[in-house]
Parts: sequence; C-alpha cells; structure tokens
Amino acid sequence: MEELLSLAVKAIFVENLALSFFLGMCTFIAVSKKISTALGLGISVMIVQAITVPANNLILNYLLAPGALAWAGFPDVDLTFLGLISYIGVIAALVQILEMVLDKYFPPLYNALGVFLPLITVNCAILGGSLFMVERSYDFTESVTYGLSSGFGWALAITAMAGVREKLKYSDIPDGLQGLGITFISAGLMALAFMSFSGVKL
Amino acid sequence: MGLRSFFDSVEPHFTKGGKWEKYFPVYEMVESFLYTPKTVTTAAPHARSYIDMKRIMTYVVIATIPCILMALYNTGYQTNMALADHEATGWRAAIIGGLGIGFNPANPLANMMHGLMYFLPIYIVTLVAGGIFEVIFATVRKHEVNEGFLVSSMLYALIVPATTPLWQVALGIIFGVVIGKEVFGGTGKNFLNPALTGRAFLYFAYPAQLSGDSVWVPVDGYTGATALAVAASDGFQELAARGMSWWDSFYGFIPGSMGETSTLACLIGLAFLLITKIANYRMVLGCLLGMIGFSLLLNAIGSDSNPMFAMPWYWHLVTGGFAFGLVFMVTEPVSGAHTNMGRYIYGALIGFMVVMIRVINPAFPEGMMLAILFGNVFAPLIDHFVVQANIKRRAKRHV
Repeated sequence: MEELLSLAVKAIFVENLALSFFLGMCTFIAVSKKISTALGLGISVMIVQAITVPANNLILNYLLAPGALAWAGFPDVDLTFLGLISYIGVIAALVQILEMVLDKYFPPLYNALGVFLPLITVNCAILGGSLFMVERSYDFTESVTYGLSSGFGWALAITAMAGVREKLKYSDIPDGLQGLGITFISAGLMALAFMSFSGVKL
Repeated sequence: MGLRSFFDSVEPHFTKGGKWEKYFPVYEMVESFLYTPKTVTTAAPHARSYIDMKRIMTYVVIATIPCILMALYNTGYQTNMALADHEATGWRAAIIGGLGIGFNPANPLANMMHGLMYFLPIYIVTLVAGGIFEVIFATVRKHEVNEGFLVSSMLYALIVPATTPLWQVALGIIFGVVIGKEVFGGTGKNFLNPALTGRAFLYFAYPAQLSGDSVWVPVDGYTGATALAVAASDGFQELAARGMSWWDSFYGFIPGSMGETSTLACLIGLAFLLITKIANYRMVLGCLLGMIGFSLLLNAIGSDSNPMFAMPWYWHLVTGGFAFGLVFMVTEPVSGAHTNMGRYIYGALIGFMVVMIRVINPAFPEGMMLAILFGNVFAPLIDHFVVQANIKRRAKRHV
C-alpha cells in the first residue's frame, strides 16, 4: 500500500507528465484558455489514462511479452514488436467507446468537450503513460495506480495553466508574444516552479 | 525650488511633440522618484485613498531596511570570523586595510564596512543591469518605469549569497525583470514574483556557484554550511554543537544568503508592513499555520533515516529564507491570491510546500523560493474556486 502511495505521489508531482516530461503539449496549450474546459478535459484524460494503462498492461502480459502466449500453446513467440501499434489501437478504441458512453449518458459533458475528446486519441501523454508502464515493467495494480495518478497530475497541470492564462488576460503582452508565445513562456515558468519536486526520492 | 523649476523647464522636451518624446518614461521615472506623481484617475469609479503604487513600493523598501542593516552586519561578521585563520586578499582587503579599520569580528564598524563591500557591488550591479532592461522595455512599450523595480531589485540583492559572481547577479536580475515581469507587460501584470524568478533561474542555471556549503561566506577555502544544510545532514540537534543556537538564528548570526538570516529583522519589517496595511495578514497567518501544521505532522510521523522529520516548527521559522520569504514575498499582492479566503489557502499551500521541500526532498536543503513560486502558479486557480464557491453560495440565497 505504501509503495502504491509513493508511486502515486511520484506520478502526480515528481514526474508530472505535462510539466516535467512535457508530454501532451498540444492539448495542454490548445485547451487551457478556460478553467472549466480545462478541468473537463483533464478529467477525461484521467479517465482514459486510468483505463488504457491497465488495459495495455494486460495486453502486454497476456499477448505480447516473450512467452506470454504460453497459455495458447506458443511458449516461444515474442510479439513485443507489435506493442506500439496495439497500444495506439487500444487507446483509439477506448476513446471511441468513452465518447459513445458520454454521448448517451452525459450529453452536457460530451458537448462541452466537443472535438477535444477524439483528440485525446493522439494525446502523447496517454501513449506516454502506456510506454512508461512497459519500460518500468509495472504489474497490474501498479499500472492502475500509475494510470490514475499520472492522469491526475496532467489534469492538475492543465487546470493550473488555465488559471494562469485566465489571469494573463489582464496583462499587457507585447504584440509578438501574444497567444502561443506567452503560453510557452508561462508553461516554462510553471515547470520551473514544479522543479521543487525534482529529486524527491520515494 | 531650483530642482522643481528645472523639471518644469525640461518637461516640454519629453511630452508629446518634444524632441526627446521617446524618452518620456526616463524623465517620468526620475521625476516621480523625487516628487509625488501628479497623475490622478479621471474616469469613474473613484476610490479615494492615500495609498498609491509609489507609496506601497516605498513602504516595502523602507520595511527592508532592518534586513539590509543585518545583511551588512552579518555578512561582514561571518567573513571576519572566517578570516581568523585565512588571509584577507583582494581589493576589499586593500580598501579596509587602507582605512585602517581591520578585520576584528568584535568590532561592529569593521563588520559593517566589510559587509558593505560585499553588498554594495551586488546591489549596484542589480540596479544597473536590471534598470537598463527596465528602461529599454519602458521606452519601447511606452509604459512608465515605476518603483516596483526598486522593490524587486532590493529583494533580489538580499536573497543572493555574498559570493555570487557579479555577472551572474546581472544575468539573474535581467531574467527576472524580462521573463518574470516585462514580457507580461510590467509591474502588476506578472504571475510570478520577479525577484524569485531571477533567483530560481540562477539556482538552476549555475548550481555550482549558488549551492553547497562554501558559497555562503565569501572567504576562499572556507566552508560554512547553512543551518538547514547542517540540519539536513546531521539533524537539528547538531546545530548547537556547531555553535548555532536558536537565538543566533533568530537574530541572524548564521551563514546564509545576505538578507535572509535574521528572523528578527524580517519580523520588524513585517510589523511595519502590517501596520501600514501593505501586507495582508491572511497570507502571513495561512503560511505560518501551514508550516507549523505540516511540521508538527512530520514530527509525529518521525523517520529513522531522515533527521529533518524531527525538526520542530520554531527551527523551521528561523532557518533559511522562511522569515524573509514570509514577510516580503508571500505577502506580495500581485502574484498571490486575490480573494480573502484564497489568501489563507495560498499561504497554507506555501507553508506546507516549504516544509515538504526541506524535509522530503533531498535535492534542495532550502525550500522557500520554490515553495513561493509553486504557490504563485496555483494562486489564480485558488481564486477561481473561491469565487465559484461564493457564486454558488449567493445563488442559493436567491432561489
């Protein structure tokens, strides 16, 4: 239990997907203009992340890893080269399902998220989460924890970013830097503040 | 009124149509530094108050005076102490030798003088380097150079170690002024504290010159660990053995960044800021409570391997930059939270974070700088949720 807790803290703060790995930057920059939308997107990333990382973990351990197909009578088969494409497939399928579920049961959220929901498919934070899971060989419970907490960390970062950007509406930014430029600078300065966690060993 | 008439006679050159029209901000800076600005708001609504930006900033600079004095005294004191078994070299030694003051740590004048020789170059470089960029931006962007820069530069000079190479001092303040403030449009429009942004930039860009045990006392080959570094490696009980009592820390006779060591001087500044209502007591209270609460919690949890867990809150208060940050940076109104409820939460977040970084993060013995920057990042979000809660509460009243 203690290990899982420290894994969660690490995934949220120390190895924040957005502000220390700079993953998922396209949506991070594009959808952080308003706090409410950013919050909605953050929550859906969290949900998708919490489902895809464990799902990919199962796929890796029961289909792709060397010797994983022993249960089907192929103990020598190594399908890890199919990893990348299967993870992407799983993510795409899950986002599609999530979209249909939201459309059917939570239409307001579905409408608020609009085009950004399908965009989660190509969010590198999601794929990054699955690849980190493979690289660090998490087991199933660990990948559930990691998926949920890394998604939460990303949601936290994008909401904070949206807060800062709402505040920056009242700033007087030079013409050349308006829009994307100042957003990148702000993201960099936020990452500077998040460095307070770098070096924490749990 | 010779000076006033001089200003009146050159003013037409700088106003619209004058030959130095472009340099109006420079003129305005000098004029409003010496005289009360004559600009008043013209459009409604009006809120009459004796306090304007110039007065706020001037008050903050006044509040730092005890810290400056302690910075001079303690820097000189630490250096003179270290010189007991080292040779004094360089231009400072030459000047002090020439004046015949000597290096006796028991002589307050010698300490002040030696401290001044370290503080003054850093402060002058800060003012000149930062000032040049401030004026460039003001001229190009046609806004005023205001007294906010005086505050930033004073705070910045007080939080760097005395050994910082001067070119790094210049680089840090330029980063703070340009990236921390001017790209957002100048004073009042930034979301991070400019002085801290510059300091954090230096910290991460040149760790060799700005961290470790040998940077705090400016004598070659002498290492004087800060109280926090000692506590992190050997536990806070060890401090007494190294000759640092709680009262030493409170008065400020310990190695550290120039202006940060004396809790007493910071508290005098705090009293001044609270009485003049420049600082908001809610942030201070929140920060103190957050720090005390979390350190008590960690004391209760305890740890076998990490001696910092046992450090009591009153040691956290007097060591490192906690007091200085609490008084001059947490209370900064621009980068902090703007709602009253939010100010408590914002303060508590910083108090929590500073203990977290000091105790749990082995990479940084000191945490106040990063904790405040972290708080700054989340301040707008805290405000947002406080406002949302207020809206909900009021909506219920009018169903």
